[in-house]
Amino acid sequence: MNLAEKVRSISGEDVLSCYQCGLCSGSCPVRFAMDLSPTQVVRLVQVGNIEKIFESNTFWICSTCFSCYARCPRKINITKIMEALRQIRLRRDQDKIALSDIPKEELKILPPIALVSNFRKTTA
Amino acid sequence: MIRLPYYPGCAVQTTARNYSISGVAIAEKLGIELVELPKWNCCGVFPFLANDDIMRHLAPIRNLIHVQEMNEKGIVQNENRVVTFCSMCYHTLKEANLFLKDPEKKEKTDIFFEREKEFVGGVKEGYKGGVEALDFLEVLKDIVGYDKIAEEVKKPLKGLKVAPYYGCLVLRPREIGIDDPENPTILENILEALGAEVIDNPNRIQCCGSYHTVDRRDIVAELTYDNLIYPVRSGAEVIVTCCPLCTFNLDFRQKDAGKLHRDLQEIPVMYYTQLMAIALGLDKQFYGVDLGLHYVDPKPLLEAKNLY
Repeated sequence: MNLAEKVRSISGEDVLSCYQCGLCSGSCPVRFAMDLSPTQVVRLVQVGNIEKIFESNTFWICSTCFSCYARCPRKINITKIMEALRQIRLRRDQDKIALSDIPKEELKILPPIALVSNFRKTTA
Repeated sequence: MIRLPYYPGCAVQTTARNYSISGVAIAEKLGIELVELPKWNCCGVFPFLANDDIMRHLAPIRNLIHVQEMNEKGIVQNENRVVTFCSMCYHTLKEANLFLKDPEKKEKTDIFFEREKEFVGGVKEGYKGGVEALDFLEVLKDIVGYDKIAEEVKKPLKGLKVAPYYGCLVLRPREIGIDDPENPTILENILEALGAEVIDNPNRIQCCGSYHTVDRRDIVAELTYDNLIYPVRSGAEVIVTCCPLCTFNLDFRQKDAGKLHRDLQEIPVMYYTQLMAIALGLDKQFYGVDLGLHYVDPKPLLEAKNLY
């Protein structure tokens, strides 16, 4: 299975039905911090250039808010595609964050749900 | 009194104690007894979206099994609903049923619980299905009703300018959301029933930055500014929330947002249940404002409005 097939299989999403309208990128609240827009990421999955996506920060910046999916006219769950990309990276490389990276002062005030959800998205 | 199984989750017992203290008290006032699950574990916190990994979906399913067990033990009778305050808990518990609609995943999950029982103990029986997760907002809307809430108001929040904020996980995706994902009205309706003046917040369904608050505070600071500045400019005096993570970001990250954007004035952030506790005339201890859990102290505002 090549990488593009892997993304499709882990996400379960039919990326080929995307017609590049851009509504996902327009709806994305964290687009300002991304290298590639969600629309560009979907296009790169379509053409099979996953390595190019891996050079970007887009799938790490996605905060899983489901705005793109809520508005996609093709009903593609782009949030799941971002998760698949994160998972492939995490299973191949090492964790993106360690507990020791977080300042002690922050650990005192951060809600447990912030820590656990972050670790669920950035560690394998 | 309607007795409903209640799943607390970690947040409302730690950084969001003000949410559950006020919430459980107003539930009782409105004729709902929230019966805590005798046994529960982490909800899984964030929906796990990969198709090929059953492990990370087990936590919420296990909690649904515990609701099943409450019925078997007779703690509740034929009650397949489970209530939660936290949006993240609600989302994962609700999502678990959707995940199990796939027969292959259901089978694998059943096999896991079977094997677990065999080797290390665990739940006595697998999940039979049919346990329904309810966000407490749904309880207020569908079981209690806005009219009943309005009838019970002892201290109307007259003249208090409140801007609601929903965040993501109670609204999206559509198949999980408790209201229209683009134009929700539950919080507005509740606040109107309490007599408050609702201020429009165009970003009330936008993401708060979520778990990026751990390692990308810069992103959260921008979003906090974006989510607060419009209601602040429209004269809002308090932001009302329903999710403990949104609340933390909107409240505590105002410090970072204020450094980036000097025009942001501090504004208190409260759970809708706290305002309900005030309006329904409960004791001050149920307001949850004295627990040191707020970054921006709401007390000066409440005192100025004769609500404290």
